[in-house]
Amino acid sequence: MAILIRNGHIIDPANDIDRVGDLYLNSRILALDEAPDGFRPERTIDASGKVVCPGLIDLRARLREPGLEHKGTIASESRAAAAAGITTLCCPPDTDPVLDTPAVAEQIRHRAAKVGLTRVLPLGALTLGLGGEHLSEMKELKDAGCVAMSNAERAIPNTLVMRRALEYAATLGLTVILDAEDPWLGRSGCIHEGEVSTRLGLPGIPDYAETIAVARDLMLVEQTGVRAHFSRLSTAGALKMVAEARAKGLPVSADTSAHQLYLTELDVGYFNALCHVRPPLRSQRDREALRRGLAGGTISAVCSDHQPHDLDAKLAPFTSTEPGISALETLLPLVWRLAEEGSLTRSGAIASLTCRPAEVLNLKLGSFTPGTPADVCIFDPEHFWTLDAQALLSRGKNTPFGGWGFKGRVTHTLLEGRLVFELNDAAVG
Amino acid sequence: MTNENIQLDRQGNLRHFLSTEGLSRQTLEEILNLAESFASVKAQTVKKVPLLRGKTIVNLFFENSTRTRTTFELAAKRLSADVLNVNIATSATAKGESLLDMLHNLEAMHCDMFVVRHGESGAAHFIARHVAPHIGVINAGDGRHAHPTQAMLDMFTIRRHKGGFPPLTVAIVGDIMHSRVARSQIHALSVLGAGEVRVIGPKTLLPPAIEKMGVRVFHEMEAGLEGADVVIMLRLQRERMQGALLPSEQEYFQAYGLTPAKLRLAKPDAIVMHPGPINRGVEIDSAVADGPQSVILEQVSNGIAVRMAVMAMVLGRHPGSELTEQEEA
Repeated sequence: MAILIRNGHIIDPANDIDRVGDLYLNSRILALDEAPDGFRPERTIDASGKVVCPGLIDLRARLREPGLEHKGTIASESRAAAAAGITTLCCPPDTDPVLDTPAVAEQIRHRAAKVGLTRVLPLGALTLGLGGEHLSEMKELKDAGCVAMSNAERAIPNTLVMRRALEYAATLGLTVILDAEDPWLGRSGCIHEGEVSTRLGLPGIPDYAETIAVARDLMLVEQTGVRAHFSRLSTAGALKMVAEARAKGLPVSADTSAHQLYLTELDVGYFNALCHVRPPLRSQRDREALRRGLAGGTISAVCSDHQPHDLDAKLAPFTSTEPGISALETLLPLVWRLAEEGSLTRSGAIASLTCRPAEVLNLKLGSFTPGTPADVCIFDPEHFWTLDAQALLSRGKNTPFGGWGFKGRVTHTLLEGRLVFELNDAAVG
Repeated sequence: MTNENIQLDRQGNLRHFLSTEGLSRQTLEEILNLAESFASVKAQTVKKVPLLRGKTIVNLFFENSTRTRTTFELAAKRLSADVLNVNIATSATAKGESLLDMLHNLEAMHCDMFVVRHGESGAAHFIARHVAPHIGVINAGDGRHAHPTQAMLDMFTIRRHKGGFPPLTVAIVGDIMHSRVARSQIHALSVLGAGEVRVIGPKTLLPPAIEKMGVRVFHEMEAGLEGADVVIMLRLQRERMQGALLPSEQEYFQAYGLTPAKLRLAKPDAIVMHPGPINRGVEIDSAVADGPQSVILEQVSNGIAVRMAVMAMVLGRHPGSELTEQEEA
């Protein structure tokens, strides 16, 4: 369908555009400002006063299907993603069964395509069953549509296996997504090790559980030449190491999750299980370093690290609760708020959710470059709203941001030129 | 929502007793004073007061305990409450759902108070947040987090021997890392204004950033005991030999066991305390445990008066209030 998005404030960081304009598209982006020859819009969206940016790309979101459908399904979470302006998301391989065969990858892609509300890119398991012992059939996984390899949150303690896995991925030109946590130092913990863990008597995960893992993996990246991306870094120390590695010219990048940019260990308060996440909420110093790293470019992207849960998963004493936040629907509001607060430019905020994550995975998405898929997110930057956890579209209502006020709300989402979400103001009011 | 102090109601009265953290000096002193008035009850021939007549108290113990459960039971009975003991093997109800289901079942039996011991830090807070509003929760030990009635009976014992807290140097020795008792003691001592609180132990048994709780850290026992008025020894659990925390009990005793020779470094009138059960020859020498400076058994009997005080306060029944109760009835 030919669509004209009129008079919106277009932010397209990849093309250095940050001004009011008109966007012409069908299933692909056609042009800016000047209508292409013979273009007749079948629909015109008036975006006056709104921001029009490329559809958001989330490098890490769990959909819970297959395996944990009581927490979420591809259908339920795709709906939440569309409402959040997210048109592309990567799902880690720790599904049940594990995403270590082409069949599982194809199943996920098939379901997602059938739902048709967001583009789902599977990450293939780096080792068979995520067991950290045998390499998975990476070429087959790549052919089945896996955009990168990952061992999810299961560390590979055996350094030789890790080396071989990275070498093999490098052979195939695959990007490897790395979760950095030393399996021994972090194993029994559930909260950042420090003042709060001591006060609450909760077993801690020290910040060096992350830096030690990053140090080892950086050495292996240097040796193997693999293109590597650290997922959800949480500590100032790890960030510094990644910055140094990038300065040396190593092919590494990193992201962090949106909640790490706002919350700290202090938010755990008196055992608030909604703040039970992994990697844990760190210190204020770490949070400030993450914000600086995002503004300075060491952190390429912000992901949601979406982990929807059923109610019971959080209804237990803290250590028995499951980690994770239902985070798709707070991704843009939180990152946009950084721009509102001035710690990031508006264009920088949008870049961390569009062209920069696209760059991490070498995807031809996340911009308004003519000829690329017409994924568009339109939001009203003046719309003030309060988050009601129960009103989340995701099946998981587990958010610590309930009651937070946000400025900026998605009004339209387009996936390859199809309107997959439109805010119904009457329903909201 | 979960960051507020749920122990107090809007008027600042004790609704639950979950931790010594976040309570005022006035509240802690009120507990001690009330306990003092109950301490005389045990000397009477009729050991009961009718403050909690008609109330039902459930001892909900997910972890084994003899002393704590027994003293809670005695305390409740001396206040004339009905007591129900529920012992649950830890393994049977690890899941939150069954824990909540069980609570709601007990609520349906019209209980007024849960006394909870649980192996996980935060369990008492979790239960307090989910019980019906009329039910009071007392934490009888949750994981490594808190054991507030133990800390208060220790404060009671210290006050009886030493008068007040400001001039005191208190040394807590041993496995601070895994000790809910130590955490509760440190909070209570700092609220009550103790002059100096020291923790003594090897780095493997001290939690990170412990100095942020307002204590001085010592790794050498001799230096830490110097001039102490109160020496509190903590139990060393056998499991600590696994997980590479300590090489052996013998070596631990050599470095951190309390012997008569080491005790001589403290003030001559220093008292020795231990929350029990004691490991003789591991953290404390028998000559000290049974010696003249030991107040370990006294701690146990003080536990009853302190628990009576906390139960009465949480259920809003102060001495004297039973008269108005009866008039209303």
